Amino acid sequence: MTETSSSPVPASTLGTPRSFVARMDTGGRILLVLSIAAAFLVPMSNAWLPASSAFQIPTWVLSLLGKYLCYALLALALDLVWGFCGILSLGHGAFFALGGYAMGMYLMRQIGTRGVYGNAELPDFMVFLNWKELPWYWYGFEHFWFAMLMVLLVPGVLALVFGWFAFRSRVTGVYLSIITQALTYALLLAFFRNDMGFGGNNGLTDFKDIIGFDIQSDGVRRTLFASSALSLALGYVICRLLVTSKFGRVLVSIRDAESRARFLGYRVEHYKLLAFVVSAMMAGLAGALYVPQVGIINPSEFSPANSIEAVIWVAVGGRGTLYGAALGALVVNFAKSWFTGALPEVWLYLLGALFICTTLFLPRGIAGVVPRLFKRFDGGLVGLISGLWRRPKEDAR
Amino acid sequence: MSGLERAPVAGASQTFADTILYVDGVTVSFDGFRALNNLSFVVAPGEMRAVIGPNGAGKTTFMDCVTGKTKPDKGTVLFRGTTDLTKMDEAAITQLGIGRKFQKPTVFETHTVETNIELALAGNRSVFTSLFWRPGTAEKARIDEILEIVGLSDRRTMLAGALSHGQKQWLEIGMLLVQDPELLFLDEPVAGMTDAETEQTAILLRRIAGKQSVVVVEHDMEFIRALGVKVTVLHEGSVLAEGSIDYVQADPKVIEVYLGR
Repeated sequence: MTETSSSPVPASTLGTPRSFVARMDTGGRILLVLSIAAAFLVPMSNAWLPASSAFQIPTWVLSLLGKYLCYALLALALDLVWGFCGILSLGHGAFFALGGYAMGMYLMRQIGTRGVYGNAELPDFMVFLNWKELPWYWYGFEHFWFAMLMVLLVPGVLALVFGWFAFRSRVTGVYLSIITQALTYALLLAFFRNDMGFGGNNGLTDFKDIIGFDIQSDGVRRTLFASSALSLALGYVICRLLVTSKFGRVLVSIRDAESRARFLGYRVEHYKLLAFVVSAMMAGLAGALYVPQVGIINPSEFSPANSIEAVIWVAVGGRGTLYGAALGALVVNFAKSWFTGALPEVWLYLLGALFICTTLFLPRGIAGVVPRLFKRFDGGLVGLISGLWRRPKEDAR
Repeated sequence: MSGLERAPVAGASQTFADTILYVDGVTVSFDGFRALNNLSFVVAPGEMRAVIGPNGAGKTTFMDCVTGKTKPDKGTVLFRGTTDLTKMDEAAITQLGIGRKFQKPTVFETHTVETNIELALAGNRSVFTSLFWRPGTAEKARIDEILEIVGLSDRRTMLAGALSHGQKQWLEIGMLLVQDPELLFLDEPVAGMTDAETEQTAILLRRIAGKQSVVVVEHDMEFIRALGVKVTVLHEGSVLAEGSIDYVQADPKVIEVYLGR
């Protein structure tokens, strides 16, 4: 974003009619191509290659990768509000967890009589608490379509109400970050309580079926992976369309000079609200895809540390680039999986050090460094491949 | 509108029908400090007016009141003699046709120069329009025209953050002009500019005066002299003197306020 190249004959770049793909940045194209390719190739490798093959991806790796993709989608959602609108949400984990709970409730209802207590109507933890009937807010969750609607609506409506009050009162900067943190902490405490009816500190687990298929089966695992990868691709396309529209330019204006945007006649709070709601819905979808792949949702998903970790992914990957956020989530989580296995006591220090080093030395994250490295090898393989798409004038954002 | 009913009583001798901005008896207090004290001020359509005053005289608070950032405790603020501005927020007032330039040049630094102007183009400001809006031929011509006026045509694809201080000031003025405001507030448009830039800015402002009403808040006496317009001197939240630059500079009250006893 700090390109200062001024060509000798400046031509207007406004509204030049080019296709969506032609206007995309190289990193974005790579992310889109890779996530769509992964959606098909990874499940195919899991299903068809013999276990002896080096390219066969075992099911546990598939589920692990699927989990990372959900994190990447959460990071993308966060980047939309933080990177483009300057809203540093330290509570995006709350939207993720709410989406996860909505999915978890559906999966609980699918257990039916196969629970420990064999109650067709009530999940085990309700029977254990001596509840006689299903609370009203569990109604409808036996239907998949209803649960999916709630995956988007519950985070969306919470973001709408919360954002409406926060943005209308012009709460910005660190104060906004603190109240988003308080929001997720309040939900953490609420969901810990048994009488909330969401399983208390055990949360929701022991899932059996999803739309009639065994949730442990390889086929469902593959489908969930493919859904996560395609959701990431779809989420990226939606975010990219938003940020390259005039709406996105207004968002960036708000980030850079909020009062100027307001004194140009823009209702800043409306713009923030739309970005925040879309972002919360994406985070909810990420949570909903995450829960069946890890097999559990409990209140710890609301913990403030989760939301802060998501901010670190975005910062490490490169704020305000979209693809960088997804990349950051993947890289940091790969590192996390490896280190928590190999050197578990080191990981938290390393995560902290990573964040500090990124802030000090890579303010634009990985996405800010990699293109510069590639420019040095201009004409090499990468230059050749990206040149296939590149138009003479690289996008002017 | 309640402002209409109140106004004739408050401004007994003033006719506000042919004013673009009519401010009468405006008082604003912050924690007991009176930033504006019964301030009255009238701008005619097409007029350019300079406002000067020492620090703390209430210049910025006055602009805040007119542009909706601060609500006056009491008093009347009418636009075009009929619209009560004290009931509206910044966005609504801007859309009515009142533009404001900040003291510190404020442009969108990570957007290009032309995108800055594009975002300021007059038009629908709603979120849902913004999702699908694209500049058409007329809009692009208008952007070209404004870039020409403020002298930034050859820098259109540069990021605004890479402009010099003076160029940012012009860009911000351009962003106001493109909205076709009827009334323009400029807070220290030549602060931090070189002499050559100051001179060019004076030429630019004289060019736009007549079409728009302009209120310029400035410290730079030479610049105000170059503008050659009526001057209002503010002091402790009210008008101390009003007239030509030579007249107010000769006023003993003004000399006392500016030079001290």
